[in-house]
Amino acid sequence: MLFDQYQPEDFFDEMFASGSDVRPHYKAVGEALNDVSADEFRSRQTAVETAFMRGGVTFTVYSDSQGTERIFPFDCVPRVISAEEWDVVEKGLIQRLTALNLFLHDIYHEQKIIKDRVIPPQYLLSAKHFRREFMNFEVPKNVYVHICGSDLIRDRNGQYLVLEDNLRCPSGASYMLENRSALKRTFPELFQAAGVAPVDNYPTELLKVLQYCAPAKFRGTDAPNAVLLTPGVYNSAYFEHAFLARQMGIPIVEGRDLLVRDHKVFMRTTAGLVQVDVIYRRIDDDFLDPSVFRADSLLGVPGLVNAYRSGNVSLANSIGTGVADDKVVYYFVPKMIKYYLGEDPILPNVETYLASEPSDCSFILANLDKLVVKSANEAGGYGMLMGPWASKEEIESFRKMIEDNPRNFIAQNPISLSRHPTWCGDKFEGRHIDLRPYILCGEKTVVTPGGLTRVALRKGSLVVNSSQGGGSKDTWVLKD
Amino acid sequence: MSPPAREEYARHEQANVMLARVAGSLYWMSRYLERAENQARLIDVNLQLLLDFGDVSDELLKAHWLPMLRSSGDEEQFFKLYETADSESVTEFMTFRGENPNSLLSCISNARENARQVRDQISSEMWEVLNDAYLFIQGANSKQIWHEGASAFYDQIKRYSHLFQGITVSTFSRNEGFEFIQFGKYMERADQITRLLDIKYHILLPSASDVGGAVDTAQWHAVLRSASALEAYRRYYVADVFYKKVVEFLIFDGSFPRSLKFCCQEMDHLIELITDSSPEANKAPAVERFRLFLEKLSNLTVDDIFTQGLHEFLDSSQVEVGNIGGHLYNTYMYFPPVDLQAEIRFHQQQEQQQQ
Repeated sequence: MLFDQYQPEDFFDEMFASGSDVRPHYKAVGEALNDVSADEFRSRQTAVETAFMRGGVTFTVYSDSQGTERIFPFDCVPRVISAEEWDVVEKGLIQRLTALNLFLHDIYHEQKIIKDRVIPPQYLLSAKHFRREFMNFEVPKNVYVHICGSDLIRDRNGQYLVLEDNLRCPSGASYMLENRSALKRTFPELFQAAGVAPVDNYPTELLKVLQYCAPAKFRGTDAPNAVLLTPGVYNSAYFEHAFLARQMGIPIVEGRDLLVRDHKVFMRTTAGLVQVDVIYRRIDDDFLDPSVFRADSLLGVPGLVNAYRSGNVSLANSIGTGVADDKVVYYFVPKMIKYYLGEDPILPNVETYLASEPSDCSFILANLDKLVVKSANEAGGYGMLMGPWASKEEIESFRKMIEDNPRNFIAQNPISLSRHPTWCGDKFEGRHIDLRPYILCGEKTVVTPGGLTRVALRKGSLVVNSSQGGGSKDTWVLKD
Repeated sequence: MSPPAREEYARHEQANVMLARVAGSLYWMSRYLERAENQARLIDVNLQLLLDFGDVSDELLKAHWLPMLRSSGDEEQFFKLYETADSESVTEFMTFRGENPNSLLSCISNARENARQVRDQISSEMWEVLNDAYLFIQGANSKQIWHEGASAFYDQIKRYSHLFQGITVSTFSRNEGFEFIQFGKYMERADQITRLLDIKYHILLPSASDVGGAVDTAQWHAVLRSASALEAYRRYYVADVFYKKVVEFLIFDGSFPRSLKFCCQEMDHLIELITDSSPEANKAPAVERFRLFLEKLSNLTVDDIFTQGLHEFLDSSQVEVGNIGGHLYNTYMYFPPVDLQAEIRFHQQQEQQQQ
């Protein structure tokens, strides 16, 4: 019924192989949803939104002077991934994060990958997030990136591609968990026949990772004291910080709650100062310690970096991981996989051009109206030029910026992202989606089966970011 | 360069640590919601009281509402926003105006904001009630609901507060955090009851001869209902509402959970729990002073109070309650912010010495 009018059109549709031909792993969901009337669907969709608002499952909109809280729009049609498909994705993500951790160790030590001329040195030494201060520093248990959120997309043929890696403070895991529990309440019947792998283990796994990475000097017999460091209640992701801290049962702290003495970190409690062993920080490097990095940061903790260097406290993620999610360094990840692991990448990159390579640069400048241009260090869909949809002025302003600072730009062919049936007021229509899975690296590397599927709710839009009209879906990985 | 003052290190094994900031937020969350409840009842009862008066002149309206503004210290702010004090303007001011730090909107927003700071510490159910209350009062149609039936509107606010307290009791672990929540609640309640009685004192001022008259009885009824105490009072005295008895009940009754004495006894018990009955804590001047006040509450009679002057007694009680609250807050819930610049210099210097 609801799908009778649905048109996959000329895109890779996650649910329909063609016309009305439902892919096998969507059969159960398709049948259950077809029994629902449009009115019924609408009222359940509204119920979910009310529940999110009541629960405060919201993010803060910066641009708005009132700091309005909004819900992250949620679409009730789940995105389904078959077990076989997921098997490849999971292997590919583990392979990628393993290589990235080896890369980070290498460039903060011997820099063999540079000496062997796999990556030209100028790219690394000029990377904005390269932290020279941490050369030859031993991070606890040799893990640099504990929490990784890599963005995956699927092209016209359904091939999964890595769009970017988020190795600093990837966010969104709380929405993965909240979306699941919301959909279970709203459409319990969808789950019955499907056999969906659970995601609720994520906080437990995250806590395990934090405890595993306790500093070398930690000698306690109890579990180490882990805390979550947040920029505070006005941060747009504060809901997530509070949510994860609550799920893990660890305190959420702000910079002002911590104090460094004798190279140790303490929190200020009702019973005096209590030592902290592991910090899951949701603050970028730059703001972490005003005595070392940005002195104007009011969010950080003076002395924290030194405590970290002294081996009295662990940070997740480590300092300086941003060098590996620089969009220029991204270009080299497939080469890293080959170099460190001797394997071919399971998940390919999107084909990318480097503005700093003269031949690529002239190609980019000649084709600005056909390419997607990104600045190397921006996230959240900012600092981007979508050539085919851009105005002449936007194109010219990017041309100038690229010519001035080629190191800061890359370009990619626009990918026709896969589409997914999505509720659009009174019926289902195809909307573009991506996928952000969460990979945790501690004693072993695990990928939570699922992740956050983001959907560009505006018709035709390819931008899935929540700040720019994106929503999300529950993401199912089917058990065998 | 010497480091900023050293605070005592607690042992690492200590489970269940609570950040001082968290304790402070729990305390304020609780205080603000209790304040909102008291405020809602006060407005509601006074709106209904006016119905008993029949025709009311502007002067009478002013005499009716002004003392309420005075008791919360909001008179000046009010006249910046309104020209006349009548039912509409005063209740709107006390309900919806963000410029009024004691309006229901401000109280509930502040309670919720404090809860948001400690979302990880309180149960989801507690958060949801506060968030519901907030969405209710700042929602687009809250003014319409208020216009259509003020009483139902204020009832709803009271229900949120009651719901919150019930949920807190049944979902919040009996740890330190619970003690701070309860302390905030009883402290606010003790403060509110003195203010409530003080409003009546203001009303009495112009015509002391009215005492015992019909209007006077209606006023004292209203006082009891504002403290949610009319039914309890009736059970206790099985008699007419007599002003001395009302004052006695609201100040000295040991079993009614909104009387000044009951609230102060609860606070005393919570102080013991929070300070772990440590000898040093008991010797703190503010604690000793509060114990003296409690003793006074046990020994005084209502006649003593009227001899001393009701207003003076209420005033000094407010000071006592505020004093012990301030002491607990400064000792357990608040750390003065570190001097960030001094900290930065200190650590940079330490760094250089190492190299």
